[in-house]
Amino acid sequence: MTRPADLKYSPSHEWARIEDGTVTVGITDHAVEQLGDLVFVDLPQCGATLGRGDAFGEIESTKSASELFAPLSGEIVEVNAELADDLQPLAADPFGAGWMIRISISNPDEASELIDLEQYEELLAKEKEH
Amino acid sequence: MTPESIPIPAAEATLFELSRPGRRGVEPPEPGSGIPELAECLGENDLRREAPALPELAEASAVRHYTRLSSLNMSIDTNFYPLGSCTMKYNPRINEVAAGNPGFSQAHPLYEAREIQGYLELFSRLEKMLAEIGGLPHISLQPAAGAHGELTALMMIKARCRERGELERDVVLIPDSAHGTNPSSCTIAGFKTRNIDSGEDGAIDIESLREALGPDVAAMMITNPNTLGIFESRIGEISSLLHEAGSLLYMDGANMNAILGITRPGDFGVDVMHYNLHKTMSTPHGGGGPGAGPIAVTDELEPYLPVPRIVHSEGGFELCADRPLSIGKVRTFFGNSGILVRAYAYLRAHGPGELRGVSEHAVLNANYIRRRLEEAYHLPYETPCMHEVVFTARNQKATGIRALDIAKRLIDMGYHPPTIYFPLVVHEALMIEPTETETQETLDRFCDAMLQIAREAEENPELLKAAPVNQPVKRLDEVNAIKTPILTCPCDEPVSD
Repeated sequence: MTRPADLKYSPSHEWARIEDGTVTVGITDHAVEQLGDLVFVDLPQCGATLGRGDAFGEIESTKSASELFAPLSGEIVEVNAELADDLQPLAADPFGAGWMIRISISNPDEASELIDLEQYEELLAKEKEH
Repeated sequence: MTPESIPIPAAEATLFELSRPGRRGVEPPEPGSGIPELAECLGENDLRREAPALPELAEASAVRHYTRLSSLNMSIDTNFYPLGSCTMKYNPRINEVAAGNPGFSQAHPLYEAREIQGYLELFSRLEKMLAEIGGLPHISLQPAAGAHGELTALMMIKARCRERGELERDVVLIPDSAHGTNPSSCTIAGFKTRNIDSGEDGAIDIESLREALGPDVAAMMITNPNTLGIFESRIGEISSLLHEAGSLLYMDGANMNAILGITRPGDFGVDVMHYNLHKTMSTPHGGGGPGAGPIAVTDELEPYLPVPRIVHSEGGFELCADRPLSIGKVRTFFGNSGILVRAYAYLRAHGPGELRGVSEHAVLNANYIRRRLEEAYHLPYETPCMHEVVFTARNQKATGIRALDIAKRLIDMGYHPPTIYFPLVVHEALMIEPTETETQETLDRFCDAMLQIAREAEENPELLKAAPVNQPVKRLDEVNAIKTPILTCPCDEPVSD
């Protein structure tokens, strides 16, 4: 799968699409592959306020349960409710239909702390050594 | 014998499927002739309107059903069981003989201390032995399992913070390779957790630890050897750093099987630890439980231990609950007493000299497997292992094979699979712990099976994807089993027993 170059990434395998003061958040194809067979995702309600790095939800597979972390601070303005019933969109299209939440950004400066595609793929290559 | 030539045991029908209307194992006497009506005993209001839908079987059919089910179990008594992190060692029968002694097995929990002097003496002796093994002088035998020991210890650490007016210490440091119970116990005890990274060698990264230390840190939880089967050789430095910062060091004793008689947690700076008697001291677990997770502490933490404490005076053994700083009781009576008897029997059967041999053989067996399989399976860390070895399925990835497929295929070969997908820091982990109780022939047969699976992964990956193929049930749909479990029996048609 080709990873979009116009997204920002986090070392904890979230992606962030920043546009017009909001950020759309999901997890990368690598995260989906590592999780294996997905079972549940627990996403927050609209209106919740998150700090950068806060856990906003949890994803569970037959292998493990992992927390999901907010790449930027702000208020949740939209949640992908479809994932509550069916995780197929996430498994098939993690960068598109598998998006999870949309945040209204409260501190745009934090975006500089996220990494770009090249840095993210370097990180994956380093992980592979183990 | 190839896996495909092993006869497949039949799946067992449920009791509900075997049921026939009106069939009985025991006929209860009819009311009358001295036996009162149910309504007289219970009152009309408490009688059921309809009989419960219980299965109706002849007694022999019920016994055969459960006996057949039990024969489908894979256990340490039937198969090699290299389930990493769980220390599935053989449970010696002499332990059962000791625990079956009526003086132990028939003792009522409400007996007074003077009526169970023998039991209390055994507890007291077991405490002394565990204190010697861990190098930590004070023991509570109450906790009922490893995670319960963790929680008990963290509650004591919390009590100590409160006593010293240090409630700002509300963080516990946890390495990224830790057992999942560690952060869970912290949360239940009211602590927050902070992650410590592993270094390139699989051990704790000292710089990551330095950065994480601060006035808000109450303690660090480590496992040594860690869950990668690697000994934390800088443990002395780690404990010094913590103590200089006013924090305590907790050791998860899950992996004590690697260091018995070789080194002692108390000597390398641990303040409090738990033992898993159901791992290290050979008492049954994995469905055969219950477990026991005694904790051992320093003099400083001793006042916070659960009550009652066993004290010895001229009049014999007594139970003392008058300890104002104690966190209280964590388990009814004395914990899982029968398990404590088994652990005592194990320690007495071995003696101090042989205990060291237990660990030496556990480490030798794991390294034997490591060497035999290192060509076929990828090793994520170069460091020699202790009592368990972690491989990955990376070499098999080219044909789409994952750790899960290898594990399922091992079932076909007659082996319990190793732990997979743990520790979390290793992708596609296969964690193998043979324990000291296995012969070289068993280890060789297991390694041969693993090598055959590695060949199959290249030549016939579809076989692995379909495994297990010679079991009563085939590959289970784990996602559906979790998402849409069927917990009732919808069958109408009885089947033949």
